[in-house]
Amino acid sequence: MESKSRTRQVRAVLFWALCAIALAIIIVPAVAIVVGIIAKAWPAFSPAIITHTTATDGLQNAIVGTLILSVGVLLTAGTIGVLGGLYIAEFASPRIGSVLRFFSEVLSGVPSIVVGYVGYLSLVVALGWGYSVLGGVLALGTLIIPYIVKSTEVAFSTVPRSLREGSVALGLPKLTMIRKVLLPPALPGIISGLVIAIAISTGETAPLLFTADFSDHNPSIALFHNPVGYLTGVTYFDLQQPGANYLALANAAAAVTVIMILVLIFGGRLITARSRRMIARMDV
Amino acid sequence: MAVIEADAGGTPAAGAATPPRPSLATEMTRGDRILKVVATVAAAIPGGLVAFLAAIMLVTALPAIIFNGTNFFTGTVFSLGHLYTTNTVTHNGEVAPSGASYGALSFIIGTFSTSVIALLLAIPVSVGGVLMLTEWFPRRIQGFLSIFLELLAGIPSVVFGLWGITIFAPYMAQHVYPALSHIGTVIPWFKGPIIQDGEGLLSAALVLGIMVIPIIASTTRELVRQVPVLAREGALALGMTRYEMVRTVVIPYIRRGIFAASLLGWGRALGETIAVLLISGNALNSLPHSIFSPISTIAATIASVLDGALTDFTGMGIHALAELGLLLLIISLITNFAGRLVVRRLASGALPVGRGV
Repeated sequence: MESKSRTRQVRAVLFWALCAIALAIIIVPAVAIVVGIIAKAWPAFSPAIITHTTATDGLQNAIVGTLILSVGVLLTAGTIGVLGGLYIAEFASPRIGSVLRFFSEVLSGVPSIVVGYVGYLSLVVALGWGYSVLGGVLALGTLIIPYIVKSTEVAFSTVPRSLREGSVALGLPKLTMIRKVLLPPALPGIISGLVIAIAISTGETAPLLFTADFSDHNPSIALFHNPVGYLTGVTYFDLQQPGANYLALANAAAAVTVIMILVLIFGGRLITARSRRMIARMDV
Repeated sequence: MAVIEADAGGTPAAGAATPPRPSLATEMTRGDRILKVVATVAAAIPGGLVAFLAAIMLVTALPAIIFNGTNFFTGTVFSLGHLYTTNTVTHNGEVAPSGASYGALSFIIGTFSTSVIALLLAIPVSVGGVLMLTEWFPRRIQGFLSIFLELLAGIPSVVFGLWGITIFAPYMAQHVYPALSHIGTVIPWFKGPIIQDGEGLLSAALVLGIMVIPIIASTTRELVRQVPVLAREGALALGMTRYEMVRTVVIPYIRRGIFAASLLGWGRALGETIAVLLISGNALNSLPHSIFSPISTIAATIASVLDGALTDFTGMGIHALAELGLLLLIISLITNFAGRLVVRRLASGALPVGRGV
């Protein structure tokens, strides 16, 4: 090691020092944002947040609205995404599969405001739905489908080949093979993908502004002409209002959103980690 | 129990993305065929949606494209016109409220300047941070530290906006920007004035940079793990320092993927709406004089002006915003296509979908 000259060592130390600073620039904002937002929202946390709607400084309607939108996204984008991922993993030829995967990934790169604007033009205006729950669900779903397609595809393709060979050897029809043999090991991966997709949809604002609009009242079950409130909307709109109580509510809504998302993301990761161990044991 | 000899060539873990199919093809029953048709339709939907989004944007933007001509790219005044009178102007056969002008140059400049500065922050930070993580920390701690990347990827853009405008920008305006503005005597772009709460180009760009980090960093992490161990060990065996090994072995191996991920990150920075809208100062008709100037971007303008455009009795406001949206869609599709094409040859799954979760 004597041969390593002084300049070489200095250069190395300099490089790694810069890398350490870079790592700090990743870690510090992540912590600062989560801690900062929750600390600012802390004084505003009270039972009133759950028992009152945004009309009276609570978040009830926004929490309910966010949950309704999530369920809607799960039903629409979840179904399409899982089936699409299944097709790419189990039916498509490698060539077709890569084309479909490519378009799904391109869709994930479309700016969310464009999705919201097209949702406004086509659903709210052209179809005459007005600001509606369904419009919001479809706009959100459009953004979320690519995540679900990808996670489902990965979930199916990590099932060991030996299981497929076994079921083919038994002469099982493809549907039975998918249902009885491939689905059980793939399921945790699919579910964790869905959970993380819901986390992402919970955090979206732009696609909802002009499709779901916003409402200070608890949502009703009507799908059309029925604006609905959601957590990110509270933060967005109240931040632009003058007054301390608006700012406090904006902070509280942001904190609730962040907590929900973190719980979902780490829940999803836990499922993934467990399923990976399970699949590793399965391979012949 | 049927015992099957494991196929030596088809190791499931390695060929995960595309298991060799032909050998396992079986005859299809009726249920199989129904499932296949349904799944085919579902798989075609993402591509169909991309086409649908582009088509709606193009059709809606058409009247504005005709009305604006080149003024869209060269004009700096974006005004919906006098919406409370019934006077109109006609240009190229298209009608708009009098006084209407849809020049988007300042938004185009705002979009590119914020996103490029964001990348200048995000690329070195992501690559440097990940190299630090992968080269110096044991696997277990790497997993723990990766949590922070997921944290960043999961934080909603409206929360970035809230944090940016209530905590980050005021702090920077007080403690960092004044020092930075001294460079203004040498490079005019750094000259103030600094807005008191820190809203403006630089704050928006820095927050955007933080938002883009997960996309580039998660790709870098995947790629660094794929660097062949033999090449690494060979480099060290030749007496290289760890830094020299990274420079001569790791960086060349991951360069292409980082370039691709940067394109994706750029696309995301271009299209980011809410955070930028909250932090940029949302200046409609002014070109930035310095990196502290309030600006607006294409995406933020669509969100902030649409309410007004809805009251436009000629409907031209809606068309003009659609032209903005179309431009944004085209730019982000190009960056995305380019990014995905660059890594076509790399292992699939190397590039994250969307935000890098």
